Amino acid sequence: MSELFDLLVEHPFFKGMSAEQVRVVADTGMPVSYREGETIFSEGGHADACWLLLDGDVALELQTPGHGPQVMQTLHAGEILGWAWMFPPYRWHFDAHVHSDTETIRFDGPRLRNAAEADPVLGYELMKRFTRILVDRMQSIRIQLLDVYSTPR
Amino acid sequence: MHPVPCRVRSVVRELDDTFTLDLEPPSDDWSFVPGQFTMLYAFGVGEVPISISGDPGDPTRLVQTIRAVGPVSDALTSVVAGDVVGVRGPFGTAWPMEFAEGRDLLIMTGGIGLAPLRPAILHTLEHRDRYGNVTLLYGARSPEDLLFADQLQQWRGRFDLEVLITVDHADRMWRGPVGVVTSLINRASFDPESAVALVCGPEIMMRFTIQELERSGMTEDRLYVSMERNMKCGIGLCGHCQLGKFFVCKDGPVLSCAAMTGACWTREV
Repeated sequence: MSELFDLLVEHPFFKGMSAEQVRVVADTGMPVSYREGETIFSEGGHADACWLLLDGDVALELQTPGHGPQVMQTLHAGEILGWAWMFPPYRWHFDAHVHSDTETIRFDGPRLRNAAEADPVLGYELMKRFTRILVDRMQSIRIQLLDVYSTPR
Repeated sequence: MHPVPCRVRSVVRELDDTFTLDLEPPSDDWSFVPGQFTMLYAFGVGEVPISISGDPGDPTRLVQTIRAVGPVSDALTSVVAGDVVGVRGPFGTAWPMEFAEGRDLLIMTGGIGLAPLRPAILHTLEHRDRYGNVTLLYGARSPEDLLFADQLQQWRGRFDLEVLITVDHADRMWRGPVGVVTSLINRASFDPESAVALVCGPEIMMRFTIQELERSGMTEDRLYVSMERNMKCGIGLCGHCQLGKFFVCKDGPVLSCAAMTGACWTREV
């Protein structure tokens, strides 16, 4: 088994998946480093990957006319970056801007999709995990939209 | 229970709408425990409950942090050094500082909720050897809205206190996390099997925080919140601050989630 497999099988995100399922996922991954200031992907670009952040910080940003990039959320070590590779039309919804030097495992989106199509049990395991990410981020954005810390008048 | 006239020693503008008053205490034997509040009276305007935000180890000062949200708090945030305000109290229950001894302590707060927790933080730092890992998770609206920013910076410099701060909105100049305060839980060092959590902030923030802490493995008997209701008398007689079976002014403001048995989730209570 590879170092990457050993890393993934111990990671909370993959907890509950069989060794074979993790091996299939690991086969689509490779270590990639990004320097502070780099852009990993841009809004509207083709969504063909997701990343497990091992170290560093990445900001999800939206460009706003007249105000420059606004940070919607930051992601940190242990978190997953990118879910748009799962759903047509496979376009990024935000920019991913590297806040500090970042170490990642980059997973190939099309290969993951093919693996999920070929093995629906693996596909369901992946869907459960990425749906959890989507739900958590949706809840976060809802709370942020409520602006709960503003002054009540 | 008449208000005792107390002179304002100094006023610090913390944020655009938030001020900290340093008052002469109401009596020579003044003392309070972290979590308590007073009823502050702006003469001729009215009275409001305000959490004590100062050091419980310093009986020579009564420090209160006020956000201007209405006529009385507007009047209280307009005072200057030398003015006199009325004080009743201290009232209410305390954060469970003794119960938390020997355990990890997780302090989660958002917005002006940091003010009622500052006495607990100062107490913890004064008696640091009594606690395990101590972590402060603080969420604010934006980098410009961080309360006690200088003190947060000092605390971040300590090796015996983990301070993680997030904001809801920011541009690229902010180098820290952006997101809700619950997103910091995974980054905090605490044992969910035994840690105690102190939570204070807007009620919606507290509800979601409790859910996330329970998801992390904490149980409601170790989760404490500071509730805010329409406190009037301060001694549990008038009923204005009723929350289920509790009068928040007397039985609270600090309540354990176990004792509340879902009152936090009951609408119109």
